[in-house]
Amino acid sequence: MNSTVVTYLAQSNEYSAVVAWLTKLIGFNANSLVAFMVFAVASLVVVGALATIGGLGTYAERKISADLQMRQGPNRVGPYGILQFLADGVKMILKEDIIPANADKFTFILAPFLCMVGVFATLAVVPFSSGFMLADLNVGIFYLVGMASLVGVGVFLGGYSSNSKWSMLGGMRGASQIISYEIPATITIVSIVLLAGGLSIKTLINGQGGLPQQWYLFHNPFAFIGFFVYFIAALAETNRAPFDLPEAESELVSGYHTEYSGMRFGLFALAEYIEVFVVSGVAVALFLGGYKVPFDLGTGAIFVEKLGLDAMIAKNIGQVLELGSFFTKTFALYYVVIWVRWTLPRLRVDQLMTLCWKYLTPIAIFNLLGCAVWMYAFDGKSIYSIIFESAAVVAGHH
Amino acid sequence: MSTFNLDVYMPVVILIALALLVAGGSILLGSFIRPHNPNKLKETAYECGEEPVGSAWANFNVRFYVIALIFIIFDVESALMFPVAAIFKKFNQIGLGGTLLLSILSFTLVLVAGIVYCWKKGDLDWVKSFNAPQVNVASKDK
Repeated sequence: MNSTVVTYLAQSNEYSAVVAWLTKLIGFNANSLVAFMVFAVASLVVVGALATIGGLGTYAERKISADLQMRQGPNRVGPYGILQFLADGVKMILKEDIIPANADKFTFILAPFLCMVGVFATLAVVPFSSGFMLADLNVGIFYLVGMASLVGVGVFLGGYSSNSKWSMLGGMRGASQIISYEIPATITIVSIVLLAGGLSIKTLINGQGGLPQQWYLFHNPFAFIGFFVYFIAALAETNRAPFDLPEAESELVSGYHTEYSGMRFGLFALAEYIEVFVVSGVAVALFLGGYKVPFDLGTGAIFVEKLGLDAMIAKNIGQVLELGSFFTKTFALYYVVIWVRWTLPRLRVDQLMTLCWKYLTPIAIFNLLGCAVWMYAFDGKSIYSIIFESAAVVAGHH
Repeated sequence: MSTFNLDVYMPVVILIALALLVAGGSILLGSFIRPHNPNKLKETAYECGEEPVGSAWANFNVRFYVIALIFIIFDVESALMFPVAAIFKKFNQIGLGGTLLLSILSFTLVLVAGIVYCWKKGDLDWVKSFNAPQVNVASKDK
């Protein structure tokens, strides 16, 4: 059974009471209806939270870049300028909406919507905690890879439909870049699926533990390299510097969204910043133990045992700890993404392709085979447990 | 509880609807308050202040178009690899890991052969190197 936010809530007595009450009220089984309402509220919470995180991402980007360049950054709107993103949002809504006369109107309007759908749909499987993930689909990671590729279509259509040379070049670059870097990213994901033995995000996380030596990052040398391959490919897939060629300001004005103004541009930007969060979250889930808390504190069993708390309350405390664990790691990666942008210069297009096809893809394939051989040779044990066990054997001999 | 319950796909539908709602709503909301004074000049494509020359939908030399073809092969490859990877652990535990490992190896080897071929042909380079014509040009110069 796929676990969802609903199956987590269904453990409590109140939930079944509500279902029973509604069933009596409307005269048929209300299970799906209640599930729908819970999903709707939870989706709203997730979308609201992620839109805020995306907005704060733009603020963080400007503030961190200011720090790195010894500037002040935004500091007028709200304390330390933290409300800047709200002001930007209001500004974008108030801006005139210009659609070029020669543009292909339908695709021009469609493109930002595709980006938004592609990014929002991936939120369904982002594992915030073991209880609070919208749906742990049994094809989770595969679904995520598929949905995320919609963004590439949006970027290309945005560039193509504008009928502007800058946009066209940006769109072309975007298309070739996003599809190219999908290969190393996907192959790396496959090698982690191989280690975990399942496609659902929860299976991937459950193969790991809360402590660093239990993470897939340190499972074997191939997975360790795989993390960097995935991270570089994820940067390129989200059009982040040093791979921001589709929107390279200094050469293409603004790349694929040159002709977009106001809120239509804002949707592209929002989608990008949320996508950065999603790929950071996926990197955390795949390599850094996801929401796992050290010493199994996340299950809450220890609170029942030691403090004598109610089982459900203990579980909820565990969930909060898991949320903390997930967000800490994800925001750390988010910071690295921004840090990289303001540190490294942009690549040239042919260098970009060389990096992807002549370095990352062969390395990713090598990692995949390495992981497969490792699984076969060492029966799926991590390098830590192999060393630990052999040390125990040696100690036992003496 | 091994029944396949479609309820788990509800959030997917809800999120897609929300994406359209948020995107459409914010644009619609703005349309009530934002200015709307289009003129001919404003609606031209941006070309650094000059009047745009011709359409952007012209024929032009798309580099790396072969990459799109390689991409499709690799995308299908990874799609086929996912199920194999997902069952690898289980098969390994019941002692069939070797068979699966062999099939992964042989499958990947074919793909590696493909990428090596493209690499040698120069399809991964910015300027595809045609070896034969270059030799001719050099011999003519003499």
